[in-house]
Amino acid sequence: MCFKRLWAILRARNLEFFRDRSAFGWNFIFPFLLVAGFGIIFGGKTYTEYKIGVFPAKSEPVSIAALDIPPRFKEMNHLKFIGFPDAARGLEKLKHHRIDFLLKTGQGPHQYWVSDASPKGYVVEQMFRASLIPPENEPNAEKKEIQGSAIRYIDWLFPGILAMNMMFSALWGVGYVVVRYRKNGVLKRLKVTPLSAIEYIAAQAISRIFLLMFTLVIVWTGCDLIFSFDVQGTYLDLFLVFFLGSLSLTSLGLVLASRGTSEEFTTGILNFISWPMMFLSEVWFSLEGAPQWVKTFATIFPLTHMLTAARKVMHDGAGLIQISPEIMVLSMMTLGFLALGAALFSWNK
Amino acid sequence: MESILEVKNLVKHYRPVVAVDGVSFALQQGVCFGLLGPNGAGKTTTIEVIEDVILPTAGEIFYKGAPRGPSFREEVGIQFQSTALLNFLTVRETLQTFKSFFTQTAPIEELVELCRLGEFLDQYNDKISGGQRQRFLLALALINRPELLFLDEPSTGLDPQARRNLWDLIQNIKAAGKTMILTTHYMEEAQFLCDEVAIMDYGKIIVQGTPEALIRQHSSGTTVVMPRDRFTPKTDGFPLPVNTVKNNVEIKTDDVNQCLEQLIAFGIDLSDMTVRSPNLESVFLNLTGRQLRE
Repeated sequence: MCFKRLWAILRARNLEFFRDRSAFGWNFIFPFLLVAGFGIIFGGKTYTEYKIGVFPAKSEPVSIAALDIPPRFKEMNHLKFIGFPDAARGLEKLKHHRIDFLLKTGQGPHQYWVSDASPKGYVVEQMFRASLIPPENEPNAEKKEIQGSAIRYIDWLFPGILAMNMMFSALWGVGYVVVRYRKNGVLKRLKVTPLSAIEYIAAQAISRIFLLMFTLVIVWTGCDLIFSFDVQGTYLDLFLVFFLGSLSLTSLGLVLASRGTSEEFTTGILNFISWPMMFLSEVWFSLEGAPQWVKTFATIFPLTHMLTAARKVMHDGAGLIQISPEIMVLSMMTLGFLALGAALFSWNK
Repeated sequence: MESILEVKNLVKHYRPVVAVDGVSFALQQGVCFGLLGPNGAGKTTTIEVIEDVILPTAGEIFYKGAPRGPSFREEVGIQFQSTALLNFLTVRETLQTFKSFFTQTAPIEELVELCRLGEFLDQYNDKISGGQRQRFLLALALINRPELLFLDEPSTGLDPQARRNLWDLIQNIKAAGKTMILTTHYMEEAQFLCDEVAIMDYGKIIVQGTPEALIRQHSSGTTVVMPRDRFTPKTDGFPLPVNTVKNNVEIKTDDVNQCLEQLIAFGIDLSDMTVRSPNLESVFLNLTGRQLRE
């Protein structure tokens, strides 16, 4: 291993990344836009919203105070009331699942419509019927509060979006770029110099990890200024988790880059790997309640372990001891991918 | 004297095609050796096997009397027929990057002067003209002060002026004592630059020697060419054989003086006449029955 050669390729690759302004900008803007978008949509109180059609009403936006419906139903959270001039208009919307429940205003006996095919409709129906029970007849149930501060949805989502961005950047930034270089002859030109495959691969990996961590710090800082994320653990542990995660994802990118010559085929392979990884690694939703085989299958992805560890540090204040299983798995995956990538690597078409 | 490079019975199959079929040659220090042949003759495959870009099916390659070792890549310079380079780097940065790969290197200023890179040194490497690009690729091939230089079709795609400039540049490199192998399908290029030429066809070397010797051995006679409408003898019985080729007539002769005397004697207007000496093109034509650029 000659560090002068490795440094030359590393420098050249970094210059390429920073000078390709469109790709460079997109690496920062994309995760920021996603976080900002989800923050705006889900950041408020109305995360789960049930839509209730009411008629007759003069206009679509209705004044809840003026509605002649059971008062306890009006006061319930997560309901949005939409006015319709008559039943026919409301039924049309209900039929197409544009609203979850249709209620005729006025004093009882109350009339409502709900689609048997709508789970949300069923929930609203139960809420409506419960609101009609006089307080003195309510069943005896005690509400308990969650200990500690609640985790906002944006706090849960943010590490997922960052990790997903890292995954795409690692897989495409290494896998696709190296295949393109093999196809257009850059690797062939490098092959006839004393540069070794391991020096080239190492430079690609280091360059990508540097860029991933650089992007992470910039995006995290930018988003934190807006959303004020709550990190229970230490930033150092969190950084270590993301660093190891980016290492394993970049190594996986090197495996994908080791042989391909067709950009189209490589695109297919990258999609084949990245999409299941995105959906099964709990970037967007939890796999709680999913079949056991799905949960087991998800553990083959480095993203799953990176996210589990990141959320443990961020939300539960976990330290290195608590996340040691994920650190072990990510380290093993990195070594395995690196060994495989180096063994399979070919300069030629 | 030991050869700097020796190739023995080189074979390369791309099933079912035999791209290189038993090629052998040896190269002395300081010689410019040309592989000449039409497209698809196997020239590029031959030198890419020698360069260690692709593996041979069979055959042996010796560099300085021994199989190629790690020093081979340190000591050879290579210019591919077409190549892409690392994106978003200037010409200067690309030279610096490649310079870092080698132990023994030439100063960049020296290469800039030799290959006349000054006017586009700080432009991105993909934003330069064809002629500038070829000079730049040649500079890249010279960055490690190579003992052996491979040039694959160095002037393909260049306009005549740019080609002539490149030839001058290669002549200068040759004058500095470098050993070179170049492939080309331009016979003028081979004739102008090469000390020794091997003509390839269908993966084999069909003939090898100095350009002058090959012409002497395989292409005798001079060709007198004139427009067909000028060839109007006043009387019948012109004594030399005349071939019509498109709008011209061609007269092959071993004695130009006698041919011209006959033309004048038959009252033929010589205003648009040209006299063509034998060249490598005619050697190839005589040996294969085909033009080099067919």
